[in-house]
Amino acid sequence: MTKLLAALAAAAAALALAGGAATAPEQAQSLTIYSGRDEALVKPIMERFTRDTGIELNVRYASSVSLATALVEEGRNSPADVFWATEPGTLGLVATKGLLQRLPQRTIGKVPSRFSTRSRRWVGTSARSRVLVYNTQALRPRELPTSVWQLTNARWKGKIGIAPTNGSFQAFLGATIHMYGETRVRNWLRGLKANDVKFYPNNTTTVQAVGRGDVQVGLVNHYYLYNVLADTPNLPIRNHWFRPGDPGALVLAAGVGIVAATERDAAAQRFVDFLHSKWAQRFIARGPGAAEYPLIKGVARRPALPPLTRIRGPRYSLGRLAGDLQPAIRLLIAEGFIR
Amino acid sequence: VTIRRAAAAASPPGRRAPFVLVVAAAAVGIAGAAPIAYLVRRALSADADARALVPLSTTVDLVVDTALLAAGVVVAALVVGVPLAWLVVRTDLPGRRLWGLAASLPLVIPSFIAALALLGALAPRGLLQQVLEPLGVTALPDIFGFWGALLALTLSTYPYVFLLTAAGLRAADPSAEEAARSLGAGRLAVFLRVTLPSLRPSLAAGSLLVALYVLSDFGAVSLMDYSTLTTGIYVRYESLLALDAAAILALVLVVLAVVVVALAGRWRRTIYRSTPGTGRAAPIVQLGRWRWPALAFCATVVGFFLVLPLGVLVWWSAQADPIVGRAPVAWDAALNSALAAGAAAAVAAVVVLPVALLVWRYPSRLSRMLERLTLFPSALPGIAVGLALVFFSARIAALYQTLAVLLLAYLIRFMPYALASTRASLESVSPRLEEAARSLGRRPLGATTSVVLPLARGGVLAGAALVFLSTVKELPATLLLRPIGFETLATEIWQGTSLGAYSAVAPSALLLVAIAAPLVYLLSWRNAWELGAPD
Repeated sequence: MTKLLAALAAAAAALALAGGAATAPEQAQSLTIYSGRDEALVKPIMERFTRDTGIELNVRYASSVSLATALVEEGRNSPADVFWATEPGTLGLVATKGLLQRLPQRTIGKVPSRFSTRSRRWVGTSARSRVLVYNTQALRPRELPTSVWQLTNARWKGKIGIAPTNGSFQAFLGATIHMYGETRVRNWLRGLKANDVKFYPNNTTTVQAVGRGDVQVGLVNHYYLYNVLADTPNLPIRNHWFRPGDPGALVLAAGVGIVAATERDAAAQRFVDFLHSKWAQRFIARGPGAAEYPLIKGVARRPALPPLTRIRGPRYSLGRLAGDLQPAIRLLIAEGFIR
Repeated sequence: VTIRRAAAAASPPGRRAPFVLVVAAAAVGIAGAAPIAYLVRRALSADADARALVPLSTTVDLVVDTALLAAGVVVAALVVGVPLAWLVVRTDLPGRRLWGLAASLPLVIPSFIAALALLGALAPRGLLQQVLEPLGVTALPDIFGFWGALLALTLSTYPYVFLLTAAGLRAADPSAEEAARSLGAGRLAVFLRVTLPSLRPSLAAGSLLVALYVLSDFGAVSLMDYSTLTTGIYVRYESLLALDAAAILALVLVVLAVVVVALAGRWRRTIYRSTPGTGRAAPIVQLGRWRWPALAFCATVVGFFLVLPLGVLVWWSAQADPIVGRAPVAWDAALNSALAAGAAAAVAAVVVLPVALLVWRYPSRLSRMLERLTLFPSALPGIAVGLALVFFSARIAALYQTLAVLLLAYLIRFMPYALASTRASLESVSPRLEEAARSLGRRPLGATTSVVLPLARGGVLAGAALVFLSTVKELPATLLLRPIGFETLATEIWQGTSLGAYSAVAPSALLLVAIAAPLVYLLSWRNAWELGAPD
């Protein structure tokens, strides 16, 4: 019994030590980042920042939505200093609760005005476009639809994949509801359902499914193609942009905000500045497996991508997404796309 | 029952339980049950916006699909587990000890790893199809959905039924069966009309464990793409900005679990009982020619539920994943898993002692109430406990996102196992021994630690082992509560699957199984029985 108790005590002590290490009290030179961006994609950026500045980073990787929920739930108790999200809706939502600081004009001024809001609570770090990824063995370019609305055509029955729980898909849907009204979007969703649309957990798995030929086309963000091709170069997949102005060609942004309750404003601002540095922007645009649009002048996009000016998504202000996400989610649940 | 009464009689009349013991027991019981109050409060205070995200039709669909799956898995686990137990305990099946061990081993395979491995074998372009392709088989029946979830969960749960039934068969008094035989009943009639009804408590307890496992499962149903209440809760937490809506569904899930417990209690209450404890083993049935089909049955079960999934994991581990290449084995996560599980087991073993001692030494209405209170959270699904603790801890900066909260979740969920096991072993310790120690001058605490606990250490250890095993396998609460940068093997594997990199996580999955496997030896069959008898 004594031995058993000793063993138990040792285990408990070991855990206490590990716990101490995992939740070490924050020093002046450390920041807590809530990152909706995938660890696989942005870890090198985090490491480079620490190398350059000596500021240690504790990063909580999760979906942007769950991080936004956490920020709201935590309120003033949040351990977070910076929120880096995959789309502006969640940033806007946290901002409307008064949980994000106003950013300096010099930060906002670095990016085109459509990638920030007048209230200056968040700023874009990269742009991405919604696209239709397609299987090049199953389809020729001229067979592809010119508008996302055409996907309800019976020609696409059983051939479409989407990721209804994905934040960017919900942002696209919310923006479309805003521009075209709920009825039209509901009918489109019902049309997709009648076409036996297939659901995937996220963009990556959707692109993989298109590559395998499980479906012929998928609605995703443009850069997942390059991410998947970096791992499996032989997949027969390519991006297709809907015609200019089509809601299916919506241009979204990843963005960053500084948490209002932080006591490490200066370090947080350095992190935001770093994301707009030439090095970070080049990494986001052309790093291994990366292919987003950089937002800083003087950093080039991947040559294979059409210029943002030619994609010309619909006229939609990204600041509205905070209000437009919920209607999209409600519709997805009501129509049985999410259970 | 008999033993408890004997203990009560042995306890001197009018002796009051020490105040400290009562307070300690009450504190543990209340600490375990309290966080759920946060869930209830949150669900009941949800506004119309949140309620719109859990429409009645969706809720009903999810409840029905969850209940159907639970019922299906219970039936499947009975169909697999009961005949297996009878063959191993009551017949001259060749190699029956080995079959018994092999049949209980899937206990250490958590459902999400079971699902992963079954997908590897049976999914489109899976291993089986590759093997069958030369024979002209180009497509297999779709494994995703209900049947896939049913298979994976049956794999992970039938050992509960098998172990409990085997224990029940060992303890059963053969005289009723012999009487039936002497009155002219055939062997099958005896099994169906005498043996099975006498096993009812074991079957009810096993079914209850299986049903609760299915209700709280998150990993297998997600991988198999079958929507249940847990996936509905998780998607609202993770992707829909709908924490209050998640709380509502979690409360529905808790109610469903309580209903299941009540149903099982009812089923068990009607018991055919003859005088137990003849100490005579039932005669061994000679299988004769029937041993070939019996062996085929055992080989099918063990082959499909143990060899196939482990084989897939080993085969995957031996090659690079087509998507992410060869992923390194997550040693850090393995260490985290082992430490967290070790701590949970250690703390659980200690904190249940006051309740266990109280019920053993000072049986009263109060002590039984405290025992029930402490056992109650075993019915709570992990995702509900996780969510309740998110609500509970978010407002307390010192606690939020710490290991302490994660540990609390493990304790709430698995402490009941430690209690049931400790209680069971205490029952075989005569209170007279403690009295003797007291009369020789030992103080109450000294008598307990030097005389009573050493005698009960088997149960304490087995309980701790069970807590360790359950913690290593835990996924949903860990996903919700892990501190920044703290990954366990379960969460590492989970994240690998969300990238579609199934084969890359196989080494980590094997490691998890390897960490858990030796503990099966520590869990005696009797303890499995006590585990299933929480009332």
